[in-house]
Parts: sequence; C-alpha cells; structure tokens
Amino acid sequence: MIPEIGLAALWLAAALSVLQLVAGALSVKEAPAGGASPFAFYARPAAVVQALLATVAFAALLYAFAVTDLSVKLVATNSHSAKPLLYKLTGTWGNHEGSMLLWVAVLALSGGLLAGLERRLPERTMQAALAVQGFVALGFYAFLIASSNPFERLPIPAAEGIGLNPLLQDIGLALHPPTLYVGYVGLSVAFSLAMGALITRQVTPEFARVMRPWVLGAWVFLTLGITAGSYWAYYELGWGGWWFWDPVENSSLMPWLAATALMHSVSVLAARDALRTWTIMLGVLAFSMSMLGTFLVRSGVLTSVHAFAVDPERGTFILVLLLIYIGGALGIFAMRASAVAEGKTFAFTSREGALVFNNVMLTAILAIVLLGTLYPLLTEAFDVRVSVGPPYFNPASAMFAIPMFLVMAVGPLLRWKQDTAGRINRELAALVAILVVAAVLIALLAEISVLALLGLALAAVLAIAALLPLRGRKLARVPTATWGMVCAHFGVAVALFGMASESAFTEEKLAAVSAGETTQVGDWNVTLSSVDAVAGPNWTAMEARLSVARGEGAPTVLNPQSRNFWSPVQATSESALLTQWDGQLYATIGQSVGVDDDGNERWQLRIWWKPFVTFIWYGGLLVGFGGLLAMVGRIRDDLRRRKGVQRREEEQADIEELNAGPRTLPEPAE
Amino acid sequence: MRALLFALFALMAAPLAAQDKAPPAPYANVQLEDAALEAQATDLMETLRCLTCQSQSIADSDAPIAGDMRHQVRVRLKAGQSPDEVRDWLVDRYGDYVTYTPQVSSTTWPLFAVPALVIVLVLLVLWRRLRGRKVQEGGGQ
Repeated sequence: MIPEIGLAALWLAAALSVLQLVAGALSVKEAPAGGASPFAFYARPAAVVQALLATVAFAALLYAFAVTDLSVKLVATNSHSAKPLLYKLTGTWGNHEGSMLLWVAVLALSGGLLAGLERRLPERTMQAALAVQGFVALGFYAFLIASSNPFERLPIPAAEGIGLNPLLQDIGLALHPPTLYVGYVGLSVAFSLAMGALITRQVTPEFARVMRPWVLGAWVFLTLGITAGSYWAYYELGWGGWWFWDPVENSSLMPWLAATALMHSVSVLAARDALRTWTIMLGVLAFSMSMLGTFLVRSGVLTSVHAFAVDPERGTFILVLLLIYIGGALGIFAMRASAVAEGKTFAFTSREGALVFNNVMLTAILAIVLLGTLYPLLTEAFDVRVSVGPPYFNPASAMFAIPMFLVMAVGPLLRWKQDTAGRINRELAALVAILVVAAVLIALLAEISVLALLGLALAAVLAIAALLPLRGRKLARVPTATWGMVCAHFGVAVALFGMASESAFTEEKLAAVSAGETTQVGDWNVTLSSVDAVAGPNWTAMEARLSVARGEGAPTVLNPQSRNFWSPVQATSESALLTQWDGQLYATIGQSVGVDDDGNERWQLRIWWKPFVTFIWYGGLLVGFGGLLAMVGRIRDDLRRRKGVQRREEEQADIEELNAGPRTLPEPAE
Repeated sequence: MRALLFALFALMAAPLAAQDKAPPAPYANVQLEDAALEAQATDLMETLRCLTCQSQSIADSDAPIAGDMRHQVRVRLKAGQSPDEVRDWLVDRYGDYVTYTPQVSSTTWPLFAVPALVIVLVLLVLWRRLRGRKVQEGGGQ
C-alpha cells in the first residue's frame, strides 16, 4: 500500500507541475499592465503542494527500504534484510531509481521554497520563474515515472534482497549524495530565476539581490558535498587518494566551477549593475552542468559507451531533456540578449575587472574539465579508447588556475569601477615578496614538482591576501558578508596548501610483515601486533592490530580491516587513520603473503604518512562556512533594508492620515 | 534485467576467486630498494590505468592484472629502462587506453588543440571586455 501511495504522490506532483507551468506562463502572457492576472494565484500553491507530495513519495520509498519490503523490485535488487538499519535507509538513494527520486524531491522542495518564501521580485518575473521551475520539474517527473519507476512491484516477492554494494555501506553515503543533490538541484532555482528575469526583461540589481542568497545556498551545499565526497573516497576506497579526476568527480566539479563564477557575477550585478548578460549566461550554464552531470552518472554511459548504446532508454531520455532545457534557455537568451543591455562599464583595474578575469578563468577550467571528461566517451563511440587522467587535468587546469589565484589575491583590494595599481602598491609589493620568498625557500629546502611548489607558494600568498581586506578596519563593524568572503578565500588557501603538501611530501610504505615485526614510514614506527578474524552483521574480516608510534612517542593502536561481504560478494579494504595536527597516518591491510623463515604468517601492509592532507577538507569546510556567512549577512541586510522601507512607508501613511484629518497641520518637516 | 544483474555480480566475484588462487608477482607489492627508483615507479604507476577496473590507476588497485603491471614497471625500471620506455612498452601492448597521460597522436590531438583554442578565446574575451575603455560618466552611485 505504501509504495502505491508514493507512486500516486509522484503522479499528483507531476500534474501540479503542469498546473504550475501553465498558470505561470498564462499569467506572464496575460498580465494586464501593472495588475495581476487571474491565473497568478495558482503557481505558488501548486509549487508548495508539489513539494509536499514529492516529499511524501520519497518518504514512502524510505519506508519500503526501512522495512525491507521485498515485493518492491528496487528494494529486492538493492537491499538485504541483514543490513544495519542506517544502511537500509541510506540504500534508498544508493541506486539509480532512488537517487533520481531524491533528485526530483530536492527539485520540488527548491521550487516549493522559492514559491513559499520569495516575495521580493515583481510578480510577473516570479510567475515566469515558477513556470520555468515547473517545466524543469515536469521533465524529470516524466523521466522517473516513464523509465525509472522506483515503486515497481515484483509479481512474486523475492525471498531475500541482493544487497547493497559494500563500498556504499558507510556513513559517507548518508551525507554525501543528499548534500551534493541539494547543491546540484538548488541551482535549478538560479536557472529559473535567471530565465524569469530574462523573459520579463527584469535583469536588474534588485533581481540580483534576490537571486544571490539562492545561488549562495546551492553553492554552499555543493562545496560541502564535494568536500565530503572527497574525504569519503579518501578513507573508503583504501588507496589514499582524495581526487582522481574521475568522470563522476568531474560531474560534481563542473557545476561548482560554474556556480562559483555565477556567485561572483551576481554580486557584481547586485552591487554595480554590470555584467547582466554574463550573470544570466552563467545561471544557465550552472544548472546545465548539473543536468549534464546527472546524465553522465545516471545514463550508464560512463561504465561503457557500448552498454549505453545497447540499452539507451534512460540515457536518451535525459539527453532529450538536456537538449530541451539547455536549447530552450539558449534560444530565449539569443532572443532577449539584445534587449538586456550589458550594464555599467568599468576599467580593467577595478574590482569588476578582476572578477571578470577570474570568471573567464573559471569558465576556461570548466571547458578543460568538460573536454577531458567527454572526449574519451566520444572516441569510445568510434572504438578508440583513450584515458584522460591527472597528468592531463592537473597542468591543463593549472594553466588557468594560477593566473586566477594571483588575481584572486589582489581583486578584493581593488575599488569598484576604476582603480590604479599605484594605490595599493604596498600591498602588491608585500604579496609579490611573499610569493618569491616562499617559492625560493621551498625550492631550496625540498625537491618537489613545479606544480606542488607553485601550489605551496600561492597558498602562502592567498592566506595573507585573504586577510588584507580587513586591514585598517574596525573588526566589529566589518559586514558579515565581508567576513564570509575573507573566510572563503582563506579556505581556498588552506585547501591549496593541503593539496600541494599531500602531492609533494606523501611517504608510502609497502611491507609484508609477521606479528611482532616493525616497519617504518616517515618518522613513524609501525608494529604489527596481531591479525585476528572478526565478524560484522553482513561481513567477515581479517583485522590487524597495528601499534604505531611517532619517533619515541607513546604508541596508538590502529585497526585496519580487509573485509569480505557475502551479499553481494565483494572484498573491501577498511583503512585506519590516525589524525595529527600536521597530517594523517593511513594504514590498510591486504592479503596474507606466505610465511616467514620461522613459519609465522606474513601480511601485506600499505601505510602512508600524508603531511597536512587534512587541510584539504578543513579548507573545503572554511570555504563552505564563508559562503554561509555571506548568505546570512546578505539576507539580514536585505531584511533590515526592507523593514526600513516599510517603516518609512508607514510613517508616510500616518502623516497622510493626519493630514486628511479635521485639523489642518503645518507641512511636516522632512 | 535481474539475470543481467546476477551476471554482473558473477563477473565481480570471478576476479576475487582468481585473486585468492594465484600468488601475486614478486614485485607487485614489494617496493624497490632504491628509494629514488621506487619514487619513479610510483609516479609512473599512478599514471597507468588498471585495465579491468573503473577509473583506477594500477597503483591503487587490488586487481590481479594491476599487480602484474606493477611488477612489470618495477622490474623494468630496475633493469635500467626509463619511465617513458616502460610506458611506451605498455602502450604498444595494451593501446593508448592504458596511459592516463594522453600522448599527442591522430586520435588524441583535440585534447591539445582545444585547450590552445580555449587560451585564444580567453585572451579574445578578456581583450574585448577589458581593453582600456573609458568609464561612463554618471555610472557610479
């Protein structure tokens, strides 16, 4: 019964998205000048109720997984009754249909929030935005219902489920996909608002102020989602890497790059009424990248282009949706771009100039990532297989990232509209000095790759530069949004330091040891105390007891495991981490590799010392927190401003009322 | 559909069974004694693709073929070959797919031509947008 309720809720939500689309579109078309169309009433409630229905649908699937309802095909193929409850629940989105339902539910919730909360825009623009949001939602409801129904029943209930990929049976699955999806799909609001403003020719600073918190919100979730995903891959996959330029990772990076550019562009529009077409273009690009990522990950095209060609139903569906939405958006853009003037101009050395430069750089990096991700798929279609990996992406993106970081250090120090380098020559000299001294010192002290060297030196420059906007200001009076910028830019420096340090200074040790033997990595002594068999709810494992000590320090015990899951059958390596302030010790245990001379069994250990690797994720968190601060600051300023306007209007009304009274008063002094 | 899924799992289980039976090649999980040579080997292994995995380098994979390839890399470097020679040998054997560092060839040239084009475009856009324009009067607030 519950799955049927879920399916019914999905159909109803789809019907409401049609209402939202039609009512919104009609009220834009029919709106009498200045007045409200009779259709204008429907779009907002349709969006809000739709959000509730989509939530009901998702809750229904969650319930089916919680109780392991094996008559539901999706549960039978992806869950197992012996799994811990947490992984039963998170397994809901650990598969194609469930994750698409989560995607659609987040889409509906974003639309509902937009309809329920946003009252600042001109009503016509709002109706247009809601119509676009309804149109996007409709396509994905259709996709879900037609080709990925998560509530499909089996004719005969299965006796037992097949189980969930053991790599996904981890707390990371509880956090990473939902966070990422909120960011991914939250960008749909930016897309709808951009299209709404374009259709009704309302690309104004007021519009940008409305759009900004929505962009910031999606961007914060995207940042945190990518950070969490990177850490999850790092500890769960057991090979100590945190980013491999894998197509799935790239699919989440591309919307982030576009959203980062969009967020900065929308700030320029809000503050300076410049970059109107840029902002709209980036709004379209950001959500297009979200949808492209969904296509890449969900169509199966990544596993094999040929498998996709054999069973192309889902992929083709998303591809068609992609073409309709992106093509439609670009079509409207082409028709309206000439009507939207570019806005105020500015000089090269100005804050806008720096932001434009970096937006172009971000877009260029996006182009590189897109090329490197899609090209192997393209050649595979012609039976030529090539691989594009870190050795390609690192230098190709650094080509644009390095100038970007340099400009990012200086940009916040520049004034809006027009400035000269001479005005900030002391800061410039200090930053150049730090760059040169850091680069020379590091080059003398350590023998590392050019990219790592540049990364470390730039991190030093960026860390200092991030704090410079605070110089000479009363800290208590610095706006919250400025604190947000400082925090986020500082976070970039921290993350960059972590990345460069990890790539330059990691030490690795492979050793086959028997119980009692000690091996060294860096200044750590690692002793294997014992290896024992242990069992969990749905796995058995060989667990090592490693006693690790730094130099002569007190030992700590680490317990890496080599696990064997039985449903489905799969082996995983559960790493054990020891976090220090200056890095992490990362240990995994492999197979048994014969016996030593005394007949003791030897085990394969793989141990890394990764200096400052944790800074990568601390940096990511700082960036996300900075975004949050900026969002809170902007919303609070806006509420305050609106309250001020309201109070002034009330005072004006009072005065007029008094004036209209029997006693005539003298003109009130302003 | 379910039959297909089962087939998939059967495929996943097969290498596991094979992995348990055959002992790994001598240098699959043993580092070279020369630290500099081992560092070279690690750098090379991180840019070679494990052919049976999805998106993993041979340095990161537990698959048997990755172990064999690590063994080949270490043995060949130890015998005095340069990393590029080892890479070429593997590319001859397994095709371009094995290297994560695309080499310029008739099939990969767009990977190098397009970024060059991007650079030109970037310069063009920046020049058009940011060349010494006069700031409009009355533009400020």
